[in-house]
Order: sequence, then C-alpha cells, then structure tokens
Amino acid sequence: MALADARARVPALQAAERDEAADRAWLERLADGCIRYSPMVALDAPDGLILDVTGCTHLFGAERGLAADVEARMATLRMTVRLAFAGTPRAAHALARYQALPAKDEAAAIRKLPVAALELEPEATQGLLRAGLKSVGELARRPMPAIAARFGGEAVSALRELLGEAARPIKPRIPIAPVMAERRFAEPVARTEYALQVLGELAAKAARQLEEAGQGGRRFEAFFFRSDGLVRPLAVETSRPSRDPALVMRLMNERVETLSDPIDPGFGFDLIRLSVLVAEPLAVTQLRLEGGAAREAEVAALIDRLSTRLGRNRVRRLMAQDSHIPEQMQLSLPAVEAGQPAAYWPKAGAGEPPLRPLHLFDPPQPIKVMAEVPDGPPHRFRWRRKLHEVKRFEGPERIASEWWKRKDGAVDKAGLTRDYYRVEDARGRRFWVFRHGLYEEKPDPRWYLHGLFA
Amino acid sequence: MRESVDHLAMLKAGLASIAGGVRLSADKRITTGHAAFDAALGGGLARGRVHELFAAEADDGPSAAGFAAMLALRAVGRGTPVFWLRTDEAGRHGGMIHAPGLVELGGDPDSLVLGQAPDTKALLRAAADAARCPGLGALIVEAHGKCPELDLTASRRLALAVEHSDMMLLMLRLEAEPAPSAADTRWAVSSAPSQALEANAPGAPTFEIELLRRRSGPAGMRWRLEWNRDRLSFTDPALPGAVVSLPSRRPAAAQPGLRLSA
Repeated sequence: MALADARARVPALQAAERDEAADRAWLERLADGCIRYSPMVALDAPDGLILDVTGCTHLFGAERGLAADVEARMATLRMTVRLAFAGTPRAAHALARYQALPAKDEAAAIRKLPVAALELEPEATQGLLRAGLKSVGELARRPMPAIAARFGGEAVSALRELLGEAARPIKPRIPIAPVMAERRFAEPVARTEYALQVLGELAAKAARQLEEAGQGGRRFEAFFFRSDGLVRPLAVETSRPSRDPALVMRLMNERVETLSDPIDPGFGFDLIRLSVLVAEPLAVTQLRLEGGAAREAEVAALIDRLSTRLGRNRVRRLMAQDSHIPEQMQLSLPAVEAGQPAAYWPKAGAGEPPLRPLHLFDPPQPIKVMAEVPDGPPHRFRWRRKLHEVKRFEGPERIASEWWKRKDGAVDKAGLTRDYYRVEDARGRRFWVFRHGLYEEKPDPRWYLHGLFA
Repeated sequence: MRESVDHLAMLKAGLASIAGGVRLSADKRITTGHAAFDAALGGGLARGRVHELFAAEADDGPSAAGFAAMLALRAVGRGTPVFWLRTDEAGRHGGMIHAPGLVELGGDPDSLVLGQAPDTKALLRAAADAARCPGLGALIVEAHGKCPELDLTASRRLALAVEHSDMMLLMLRLEAEPAPSAADTRWAVSSAPSQALEANAPGAPTFEIELLRRRSGPAGMRWRLEWNRDRLSFTDPALPGAVVSLPSRRPAAAQPGLRLSA
C-alpha cells in the first residue's frame, strides 16, 4: 500500500522515515538491558533479541515470571513485545513471529507454523505453497532428499534447525565474564553516590573470588541496570592483573568523572553488577619487600589512571619493529595492552653522531629544495615558509623499499627509493630530509623533511 | 650590625620553613658532566624540583626537547621509567617521538611512556598526577604555546608534588615567553652549530643554553654544551678531547658516498 492510500484511509496517520542505524542502536541498548536475565544475549537483527535462559528462569519465578517481567519493563519503554520460549533459537524466532494457532506443546506449535516461518527465498516459499505444503508439519513428513532436490539445501537446513534436529548456537553480544558479582535491590536506588558505594562492595566481593582462583582482573565492567530496562555500562582496564578493590574503584571514579553525560539513574537502579571480563593469573606477592616491584606497581597505577581519564589510546609505549623503513621501526601501542617487544632496538654505533632524529613526521612534510646538482645534496631548502641554508650535510643514506613488497621485484611507483641526508643549517638546526625517488625511477622526484634532530 | 645579620638569618630561616624548601645536599643533584656548568649550579640540577626549558625561538623546539631528554637520561638509571607528556598540538607541530632517535641519544625506549593530552588543562592535570608518582625517574611535560592555564598556582602545585616524590620535572615550553612560575631554574635552549666531522658532516648535538632565572643564585650565564652519547654526559665542544673520534671503518663520512640500508 502506498503512503498516499494509507493517508486517505487514516487521515491522522503519522509517518516517519525509517532510520536503520537508530533502530540498530536502540536494539543494542535493549540487548544490553536484557543481560539482567541471562548473560547469553544475542541480537536477532533487525527486530529481535534472543536470550539463552537455560538455568536462569527460576530466578524470576519460572518462564511465566520471566515473561511478565520482560513485558512489564518493555511496557515502561513503550515497546510492544512478542515473546516465545523454545528449545532452539530458530524455533523461538519463528514462534515469536509466525505463531497464529494455539497448540498443546512446543513440538506441535512448531509443526503448525506456516512454511513462511522457514524464511526461505520468496520463490522457494511460493513453490512450497504451490505444492500444497502449507505448514511446517506437512513439510516435515516429506523425505528430506526430495525437499533438498526441489527447494534447495537451505530449505532442509532451515527445517532441521526449526525442528531442533540441527543446532545453531547463538553468539552472545557481551562475552561471558569468568568472575561476576551482583546485587539486586528490592527498591530502586536513585542516588549515583550510593550506587558507586555498592559497586565498591561488589569489587571487594569480586576480589575475594579472584583471590581464590589465584587470578587478577585486567578488564572490569560495571553494569548499572535501571528499573525501566536500560543499562549503563562502565569499563576500566588495568595494565597488569589486579584484584585491589581500591584500585578498581579509583579507576571507576576516574571513569565517571570523564563521562560527557553523567550517569542518569532515571527511576533508579534495581541491579548493579561488576563483571571481570578478562582475568589473568596473579600470584600473591609482597610488593614492599620486593623494592623494584613496588615502584613498577606505582607506575602501572599511574598508567591505568591516565588511560582511564584520557582514553586508552592516549597513554602509549613504543615497541620495536623489525624493519628498516624509518616510520615502521616503531609501533606505538596503548600502554595498558603493550606486551613483550617482538624485536630489539638497533644499537647506536660508538663514536657516531645521532643518525636518526628524535622527532619524526608521519607523513613527511614536503619541502622546496635547491640542489647544486640534480641528484646531489640540498643546498638550501624552504620549510614552513622559512629558508634554511645548508652548511653541513652527510649522505645520501639510501633506504629502498622492501623488495618483497614490490611487484615482481621491479621498481614500481609504490616503492620509491629514498635518499636521506642529515643536514645542518647556519643556525645549527639539524634536519633529516630525503629525496623521494631516484632520477632513474621518477623524472622529477620531490623532497620531504622527515625528522628533526636534537 | 651583628644584630641585623642575626635578624636576617632568622627571617631567612623563617621563610625557608614556610616555603618548605629543604636545603639540598649534593647527592640530590644531577650532574651534567660539564664541570663549569655543574660548578655554577652548585653541583648540578636539583632533583625534586621543576626546571623550565624554553626554546629560544620557535625553530629551537626539537633542540629543547632533545636537551630535556638528555637531562632525563642523566637523571634516571637504566630501566627507570620516564614519562613524556605532550598535547595533540605538540605532536602535530613538532612530529612524534621517534624511538630509534632516542636510542641514538643513549636512551632506552622500553622505559619511555608517552602521554598525550587533548589540551593544556588535561595536560596539567595529568602532569600533577604523574608528578606524585614516586616510581618515575623523570617527567617531561611539553607545553606548546602561551598556555594561560599554566599560571603560578599550577606550577606551584607541580613543584610541591615533585618535592614529595623526589623526581625531576622538566617543563618544556615551546613557542612561549617566560612568565612567573615556581620553577627552580629556567633556561633558554637553542641549537648551535656542531663540530663538523670529516667531510663536513654534522656532528654531535650541540646546544647554546642560557640560565634565565634561578631561585637561589645568580643567573644570566651562557654555556655551549655538546652531548656525548657514549658517556651519557655533556661536554665542552671547545675542548679538543671532546671532539668525537672517528672509527677507522667509517666510509660513509669519509667520502660523501652512499650509505645503503636496504
């Protein structure tokens, strides 16, 4: 039906453009809110959620209680839900969407579903209907090879999944935490300060669990479940395994302070949960006796705090990379995840002046160069509108691109050879400049400034 | 007369107790290796204090940063972490820190932690936190531009923090004019022409530094220092012994030929 027809029939009709991204974001928020029921929550885009509630229903008074709870919460968000419980995700998906006739049990209900519930290609569904197969039960009575031959292998696999003969596991949206502590409240908590205090108690509880397991957490995530069904997650990371509740709470407070929009309790939080998403072995140590370790721990705590406040990408360590291309010699990694280096730093030759600059531009900065001879060293160059007279130079140091990255080992445009010069101007400023390409590679190679020496 | 001297001494002692400044012994100072420089400063730069390094001109930024890195190397032992805080603007304007370049100055990039703050306010807050961390050997704070946030209060806060943690804080000011601060010393650093090696190649890093201000002593002296990477110390470029001796196997500098790396 066209929109004009619909408007003619219902004059008060409200129409809105479909916004898939917003729908998806909202579905994700709902999914996060549903981890109060079960840790296994998967998106069933575009309009569904699948929860694996195995072993979780008794907490809410069996399936009936769980369904009532979900419906009540969704009603406060003004969402209409269609719920279905089934043994497999596929069956639940189909029952929630296509069930029209009542049935005495799950197997019977599945068999009564229309063939559209298989969600095949439109032609295949049409073919099934033309063959007189209206329900899933009628189709299931036919031999499988015949179905596969006429309607494709997909029809068989869909049917088997629907009947529970083939398994298709769901992918939980949030990984399952090895350690978790949570507290439910009879009355929603409306004050954020009190919620954070409870989080501190949960951190202590999680720390005891971690200690029993001989582990320390690397990534902690707090979930504040609002009574209207939404959730506010807060994650912090540590650069080394830790189970100190004070440290976790310091980072959490740091995180709360940096939020652009403060935690909104709405009508209050009725469940607070602390998950340790990544845990690593951590032996019991006495840092005070081990001198150096205490200082390292202080530095690690500083890195954690700043990573939490500024963002994990803003506190970095440099890792050596095995490459001779200057900008690829180092890898800058967030300090909270930096591990063991894969390579060693090159050694500086005794008695040599510094051959590599302390500051490097990536990408290199284009400069205008005057050279005495075309493939000779620069005589003077202009960088950032300033002219520099070259008084001293050394070079060229020829750095070619990696031959294994060139096409057929040939010299192609992607990998021009660079001729580097260390130059010093009249005022004593030292630069690292290069000519991008040899004259036989490129007719008019350009010059770049790559680094600044101390 | 004697009475007034006593009064003066009493007043000085009273002021010192208010300011919290403990007189530093020689072991709390970091020598630079340059005899005249250390003697003028009473044994080197003080640990547990803030030292400001101004780039004399905009183009002297890399030299000032290099000088700060060298002082930090003098201050810490091997393996003690050095924290280098910068702003986004510093990275855009002056390039990123290149670890092989630090190796060439005698440093160990594995003990370097880089912090990047979005603006000066966040930079100062992070610096105050880092200054309180006694595990660090040295802290370099690179502020770019005028920085009105870096006022007397902010610098006093940093000075108090490093006094407790006993580390050296090097406040690197690029493209900025000196302003009142609680720093122990204030320097202007500019690059100077290096001692040419064979075939007129640029030599070891050389600096022209000027002591602009000092809390307890005369200022206004100038020195020319050269960094010796192998000894991790500053030397006098005028001394013939300080000229870097050339190893015999050095074909690249002996003639301006090719240095192949690929």
